[in-house]
Amino acid sequence: MARKDKAVEIVNDANENAIANKETEGLSQGQIVFRRFIRHRAAMFSVVFLFILITVVFTSLDWRIGNKDKPLFTIPGWWKYGFEDMPELRYADCPGGTVGCPTIDGIPFLDGDGVSLGDHPFGQDDIGRDYLALVMRGAQRSILVMFIIGIIAATLGTVIGAVSGYFRGLVDAALMRLVDFIITVPVIIIGSVIGFHYGNKGAAFLALLLGLFSWTGLSRLVRGEFLTLREREFVDAARVAGAGNRRIIFKHILPNAVGVIIVSVTLLMSGAILTETALSYLGFGVVAPDVSLGLLISTYQDAFTTRPWLFWYPGIFIIAIALCINFIGDGLRDAFDPRQRRRLSRKDKANARNMASRTEVA
Amino acid sequence: MSEPVLQVREFTVEFWVDGVWYPAAIKMNFDVHAGKTLAIVGESGSGKSTTAMGIMNLLASNARTSGSVKVNGKEMLGASKAALRKARGKEVAYIFQEPMTALNPVYTIGFQIVETLRTHFDMGPNQAKERAIELISMVEIPDPEGSFNKYPHQLSGGQRQRAMIAQSLACDPGLLVADEPTTALDVTIQAEILDLMRGLRTKLNSAILLITHDMGVVADMADEILVMKDGHTVEHGSADQIFNRPQHPYSKQLLAAVPKLGSSAKRTLPAEARKQMPVMKMENVTIAYPKRGRVPEFVAVRDFNLEIFPGEIVGLVGESGSGKTTVGRAAIGLLPIKSGKLEIMGNDISKATWKELFPIRRHTGIVFQDPASSLNPRLPIGESIGEPILLAGLAKGDELNHKVEDLLEQVELPRSYRNRFPHELSGGQRQRVGIARALALTPDLLIADEPTSALDVSVQARFLELLLELQDKLKFACLFISHDLAVVDILSHRIAVMQNGLLVEEGDRDDILKRAKHEYTRKLIAAVPVPDPEEQRKRREARLASK
Repeated sequence: MARKDKAVEIVNDANENAIANKETEGLSQGQIVFRRFIRHRAAMFSVVFLFILITVVFTSLDWRIGNKDKPLFTIPGWWKYGFEDMPELRYADCPGGTVGCPTIDGIPFLDGDGVSLGDHPFGQDDIGRDYLALVMRGAQRSILVMFIIGIIAATLGTVIGAVSGYFRGLVDAALMRLVDFIITVPVIIIGSVIGFHYGNKGAAFLALLLGLFSWTGLSRLVRGEFLTLREREFVDAARVAGAGNRRIIFKHILPNAVGVIIVSVTLLMSGAILTETALSYLGFGVVAPDVSLGLLISTYQDAFTTRPWLFWYPGIFIIAIALCINFIGDGLRDAFDPRQRRRLSRKDKANARNMASRTEVA
Repeated sequence: MSEPVLQVREFTVEFWVDGVWYPAAIKMNFDVHAGKTLAIVGESGSGKSTTAMGIMNLLASNARTSGSVKVNGKEMLGASKAALRKARGKEVAYIFQEPMTALNPVYTIGFQIVETLRTHFDMGPNQAKERAIELISMVEIPDPEGSFNKYPHQLSGGQRQRAMIAQSLACDPGLLVADEPTTALDVTIQAEILDLMRGLRTKLNSAILLITHDMGVVADMADEILVMKDGHTVEHGSADQIFNRPQHPYSKQLLAAVPKLGSSAKRTLPAEARKQMPVMKMENVTIAYPKRGRVPEFVAVRDFNLEIFPGEIVGLVGESGSGKTTVGRAAIGLLPIKSGKLEIMGNDISKATWKELFPIRRHTGIVFQDPASSLNPRLPIGESIGEPILLAGLAKGDELNHKVEDLLEQVELPRSYRNRFPHELSGGQRQRVGIARALALTPDLLIADEPTSALDVSVQARFLELLLELQDKLKFACLFISHDLAVVDILSHRIAVMQNGLLVEEGDRDDILKRAKHEYTRKLIAAVPVPDPEEQRKRREARLASK
């Protein structure tokens, strides 16, 4: 049946092209992409959700500008505790004789005293630090790491991929062997070594170094895209018009490869948050007294059976951030792919048929 | 008259786009009888392919159909999937435009034919193989036994199309739907495929539904013709009727737009032009694609000699793979030449580096074959057109905008199109943008690389007119590359014919078209389909007799 499937595909393509022309009348490429993205429900929801999440996380704790101990001035956060404060550990009301359980009360009908946050909504850790403050601080670190890795890897990957795909030959061979070399060493091992030596220099520094090792996949994709795009006739046309290499790469080819870049960068970013988590879990990422989501989970891994909330809250944040980024990436991929069409659902079709038959009868 | 193989009544196809039903084919009525050919003719977007696909329910999921389609008396619209599957291949077979994409590249052609046979008949593998080889020899592929085990990429374009036909014929279908079966092929191969299809029609007594935009092919094949425009049937009649006494203005317009070989007025170049310094001069030029890895060096053009004088249009004709595009690209320095001497405006650029080529760029322009690919999809067309001017440092800002608008006006596009993107224009409009860009620096030499092959006939006719007007006004020299002799005939002062990387013949238009010396040129001229059934029949007989 191979031939017939193929046949159906060809027909579908032809129809889709015809319809694509109709649909894109009078719109620029950017507008089309934007409209398609808006229509992607999961992605739009993720954008809104991620925006709210980042706002909440970054305004929760006090920002101290200047010296840590004697700040020039402080921007107050909305949460009363800082991640280094040590309020008294709460012993009362905890199940199974544990300590520092969450005081959040989200289900009003169970015990009848309504919805309330309490003093320590996410509970407290062993030494009484407020867990909400810790999770907020951890989420800040994780998001910071994510964006730093994303930006560095995107820049490096795009430039290196573009250069090797465009120039080919010797440059390409040299750069791609470098890529091979980096790919063969697992990121987790590189991260461990970096973390072991430079972990105490802070999350931003760690992210910077990790970013220097995670651009390889992107550069391969961009190179592939450039290899096909450079053979397109509009590149020759630009060359005949007298354009130099730099102009051709940045003005003519790169905008056409932007779909691939954006998509793989979003995937890379959600990967970065997991890399940081994994490294911190292994003890090589962010080190105490600073916290990250991964570090929180690894610190309290023994407590899972007795005090599961120490596990849940950082876990929920990791999943929420990574999922949001993945959904946004998915939405962008669909929006940039001109072959991606909204399919008619069976219901739409039935509705349309009913309407049509009604008008015919009328 | 006997029962028709295909009976179509009040057949309508519509597509659901953005909440509205767009009709693609409206109230079609036609019959196809055994041993007869019905041709559906129309320009792109007229709904001819949609009709063909709709018959067997091969449409996308956002389509709906109404009316009645009967194949051998059985209703096909609304038939169950199983019934349709049975009918496809067995009663109705399709031949597609692009044999490379319609054949599965990872299976041998033998395997694919056997697959079709065994899906529809209770047949053992050996028996199926025998039948497959029989089919392969029926479509005249050389060495049927050996070809059985060949993959699609090992066959030439014409052979692939034959394999495709062999597969379609596997179950002796009563109806053969051929959707632009020869559009992707060269004229000489096209003639062979058409001969083959005609032979099979008489041998198997199949009915053929031929979808094409090429009036020459129609004249060669059709008994009956149906002209479509925007989904409507414009005219329906016998071939003789449509060609000799078309009623509807659109049919007349369509026929008038087809370029006819040797019918246009002779274009003469003033004799003194030949005495000036040639705009482009190639002397014993050899162009090779260097070896890459295990792929050996490929010499695309060998010992090529050509001169183009100011104000002259030279047509370069040849089949695909003859190296004509390579010559065009080398002429403006897009490809390096291996040996020989290439001069542009008196400057030797045989060994020029990229930097040395920049001054040459101001004197040359190129119009590419595919207007969809030659414009950057992310740039507004105004920017594309203005780029050469901007990069040459001639104008900036408002002045540049002015120049771009003037250029748009020259190619008869509204000034407001400056801000549009390529995908918002039709194929013909895009190609005009291509010309505007090529003419932005008022070049002395214009290379036109098959600029009309992606266009409909009527659009092509208008495009050629425009090119001639511009050439009269601006007096640039032009190398016009085409596989279509009839098009070259309209434009050229001189014609050069290429085959397998060699210049076969070169001379004045009349020398080539009427007094061709080389056998290949004569073959090429004989293979060009003429939109006249009578004339076509005579030529066919002459061709068969000479075999």
